[in-house]
Amino acid sequence: MRTILAAGALALALGASGIAFAEPVKVGMITTLSGGGAGLGVDARDGFMLAIKLSGSKDIEVVTEDDAMKPELAVQIADKMIQSDKVDVLTGIIWSNLAMAVVPNAVAQGKFYLSVNAGPSPLAGAKCDKNYFNVAYQNDNFHEAAGNYAQTEGIKKMFILAPNYPAGTDSLNGFKRYYKGELVGEVYTKLGQTDYAAEIAQIRASGADSVFFFLPGGMGIAFMKQYAQSGVGIPVMGPGFSFSQDVLAAIGDAALGAKNTASWSPDLDNPKNKEFVEAFKTEYNRLPSIYAAQAFDTGTLLAAAAAKADVKDADAFRAALAAAEFDSVRGKFKFNTNHHPIQDFYVREVVKNDEGVLTNKIVATSFTDHTDAYAAECKL
Amino acid sequence: MQTALIVEQLLNGLQFGVMLFLMAAGLTLIFGVMGLINLAHGSFYMVGAFACAAVAAATGSFWLGLAASLVAAAAAGALIEVTVIRRLYGRDHLDQVLATFALILILSESVRWLFGDFPLYLNIPPQLGGAVALPGGVQYPVYRLAIIAAGLLVGVALYALIARTRLGMRIRAGESDREMIGALGVDISTLYTIVFALGAALAGLAGAMVGALQSVQVGMGEPVLILAFVVIVIGGIGSIKGAFVGALLVGVTDTLGRILLPQLLAAAIGPAQAAGIGAALASMSIYIVMALILAFRPKGLYSAQG
Amino acid sequence: MRREGLLNLVLALLLLALPFAAQMLGEPFYVTLATRMAILALAAVGLNLALGFGGLVSFGHAAFFGIGGYAAGILASHAFNAEPLLGLPGTDQMPVIWLVAALVCALVALPIGAISLRTSGVYFIMITLAFAQMVYYFAVSWPAYGGEDGLSITVRNGFPGLNTANPLSFFLVCYAVLMAALVLMWRIRDSRFGAALQAARQNDTRVAAIGIRPYHIRLAAFVISAVVTGIAGALFADLNRFVSPSMMSWQMSGELIVLIILGGTGRLFGPVAGAILYVLLEFALGGLTERWQFFLGFILLGVVLFARGGIIGVLAGKARHG
Repeated sequence: MRTILAAGALALALGASGIAFAEPVKVGMITTLSGGGAGLGVDARDGFMLAIKLSGSKDIEVVTEDDAMKPELAVQIADKMIQSDKVDVLTGIIWSNLAMAVVPNAVAQGKFYLSVNAGPSPLAGAKCDKNYFNVAYQNDNFHEAAGNYAQTEGIKKMFILAPNYPAGTDSLNGFKRYYKGELVGEVYTKLGQTDYAAEIAQIRASGADSVFFFLPGGMGIAFMKQYAQSGVGIPVMGPGFSFSQDVLAAIGDAALGAKNTASWSPDLDNPKNKEFVEAFKTEYNRLPSIYAAQAFDTGTLLAAAAAKADVKDADAFRAALAAAEFDSVRGKFKFNTNHHPIQDFYVREVVKNDEGVLTNKIVATSFTDHTDAYAAECKL
Repeated sequence: MQTALIVEQLLNGLQFGVMLFLMAAGLTLIFGVMGLINLAHGSFYMVGAFACAAVAAATGSFWLGLAASLVAAAAAGALIEVTVIRRLYGRDHLDQVLATFALILILSESVRWLFGDFPLYLNIPPQLGGAVALPGGVQYPVYRLAIIAAGLLVGVALYALIARTRLGMRIRAGESDREMIGALGVDISTLYTIVFALGAALAGLAGAMVGALQSVQVGMGEPVLILAFVVIVIGGIGSIKGAFVGALLVGVTDTLGRILLPQLLAAAIGPAQAAGIGAALASMSIYIVMALILAFRPKGLYSAQG
Repeated sequence: MRREGLLNLVLALLLLALPFAAQMLGEPFYVTLATRMAILALAAVGLNLALGFGGLVSFGHAAFFGIGGYAAGILASHAFNAEPLLGLPGTDQMPVIWLVAALVCALVALPIGAISLRTSGVYFIMITLAFAQMVYYFAVSWPAYGGEDGLSITVRNGFPGLNTANPLSFFLVCYAVLMAALVLMWRIRDSRFGAALQAARQNDTRVAAIGIRPYHIRLAAFVISAVVTGIAGALFADLNRFVSPSMMSWQMSGELIVLIILGGTGRLFGPVAGAILYVLLEFALGGLTERWQFFLGFILLGVVLFARGGIIGVLAGKARHG
């Protein structure tokens, strides 16, 4: 009797864990862990690892390496992970130019790539690939959401500004795709620029009703501090990156009240998100950023797919990924035909939480079930 | 309206230039006296900013932070001079380049180890918040005026130090004849340590003052380092006066170029094209200026060495 | 001297043996790593002509490295999309690409060299940097070929009679070019031109006194140096199947200089030794710890302070003077 029970329990356990005897999934995580961009990479890594831990899966092995924000180094690490570590899945890259260097090669060699952040337009359109899944967004999305918000709020005159590189032009184009009011200024700044006094003077003189800026990383911190100090009172808005958890502390109170758009927010009301934010705080003793949330979803999705299909069976595994049957911290999550998300975009406002820490709170919804402008060019 | 905008931009260029001067002064002094190319100079800028941010966060006082930045950068400079730099004076410039490049890697990662992965918070002191109205209807931030004043003050003090004091006399002697001052019985190694620490402290001060305007993060020193090199080469290596003129030239060119080039181009080829091309040209402007100056004056504007 | 010759032979054979050994041990990644060593060595061999033999410390050679890379990327993309470029078809054949890369680099290096060589010393270092920064910002802001995002090469360019998609074949192509460049440098060093170049480094006026104009000698060396680095850039783009402005950044210029100093300035095989060690360190430390740059810094510092004359200097003794 006892043996029968034990056998039954074993069978149950096997059934529950699905393919317990399948080979483990080897994941290569290439992300930025040194230099000025390290905060983003560290958040992405921590979010991803937390998801793997919470999933309880014992069959996922992760190797992590630092790309130092250099495309050539990222390519070399990807080659090493594919050829030497024999990984099945690559993930982790933060920056679009690194993604453009790594992703086409990796998927051409039959590996899966899951993007935790970068979403350059070619990979969503003409150069999409069956093995490339973007779990974050298409690069234009946050900016489109901001443009849409400015349009629906009826803001008459906008001043828009971004660095002079592809993600910057994509950003302003994304904004203009949905904003149809008057542009009293459209400025491209130098990449890596740290002093914005000249641009702020232009903003002051422009007579704009609101300012939209996309300045990732240290550039955004510098802009916001200088903007607040300049005493120009025109309200600012930006994509969620500009007011993400990783930079809010450095901007300080100058960020209070700023509107920004993202597909996730720490106060997003669903059980998985509550679990994530709590677990992240306990594990790392800080609030998660957008990058951490997106990487957490990537990890959860990967664990869910690995439980359903063997990664060596590429077609089955791809189908499992595409089905996206996992609990997302963003509530609902689906893949479009080009393997980019169909998701909602929110307008957030920077506030202080009960402990006096700066964070974001959702104040409106900009898009529901939004896709991207390039899906039609993707032949999948 | 238009003149007010240009006055404001000129002030911005001036402020940027003064900040570059603080970096360039140390760099050019160290080159002039010890003949050392120091790529790690930008790291002292970073050390100063982090020290200021950390102390300001702990004590609540920007001014204590500012003092800490001077102390921390000078101490780091002296320590590195004694342990590493001292061994490089007699060496080829190339050895100095490699060694100080290695120091950048070590210092950047050490700072990240100590202070964590995320940018730090540092705001301007409340006493210097807000803006003042200047003649012509320009509203200009007080803090930036303070930076201009501080930079000019340091410039004057540096001039007085070198022209009027015993230490300055030794520095000048060191620039013109290195063997001679040894023969005169001056303790050269102490002098070198002092000059190096002084240069590091100036960079640290610049880092702390600018840290309140920008992002206090690892790697913040490198773009400034390149600009500081541009400045000292335009000015003539070893010349404090050259560094001052070069810094203002670079600051004003960079600031005005960013504003005027896209507008000028917009009139010529239409705004859509102009924004991109103008920004590209503006990024190159200081390098174009530098190449032009060196093409006609191969030793810079005020070369100290003939 | 004989010791250095022996050491050079050992280095050449070591680099050649590495990918074959890797293939046999079933570690294909080391083939890629060896290819990277060969290409970076080639780029530094080019720079070494100006920097090591001519004493012209160019802090802007990444510009030529990147121009070579873009020659490969642009020609390949035009060939792939069947769009003519200036009325001519693109190409995916390496020899043609190298020729174009060499020509473009020579055309760019000529005016840059002509202006820069009016200066010397630290001024030369900085004016070459200035030109490289102009090229860099141009590439970042020029949208036609991807700007900052760079340009992908869909299929690695071909070489007549070889399957370059095979890593080992591609390594052999790179290795052959590297060896050809080393032979060229060896011939140049021991030629009258090379003697004049090295003499001009040591004593400008004496060279001028015997009727040779050091300016022209230096300019020729600078252009040849740029051409070799440019060809390396074309190969690097093919290795990564990708080219971006970061190949032209000042950090890359610095890295090329570091390779030479690490190996031994002015030594024929200095860049080879430097590239092997640097790539190996980057790879090994990167795999060990995310703080790899910290330890890399200490190792580089140790080499400068305690191993004067770089690897070749330590292993083969003092350089000859002549």
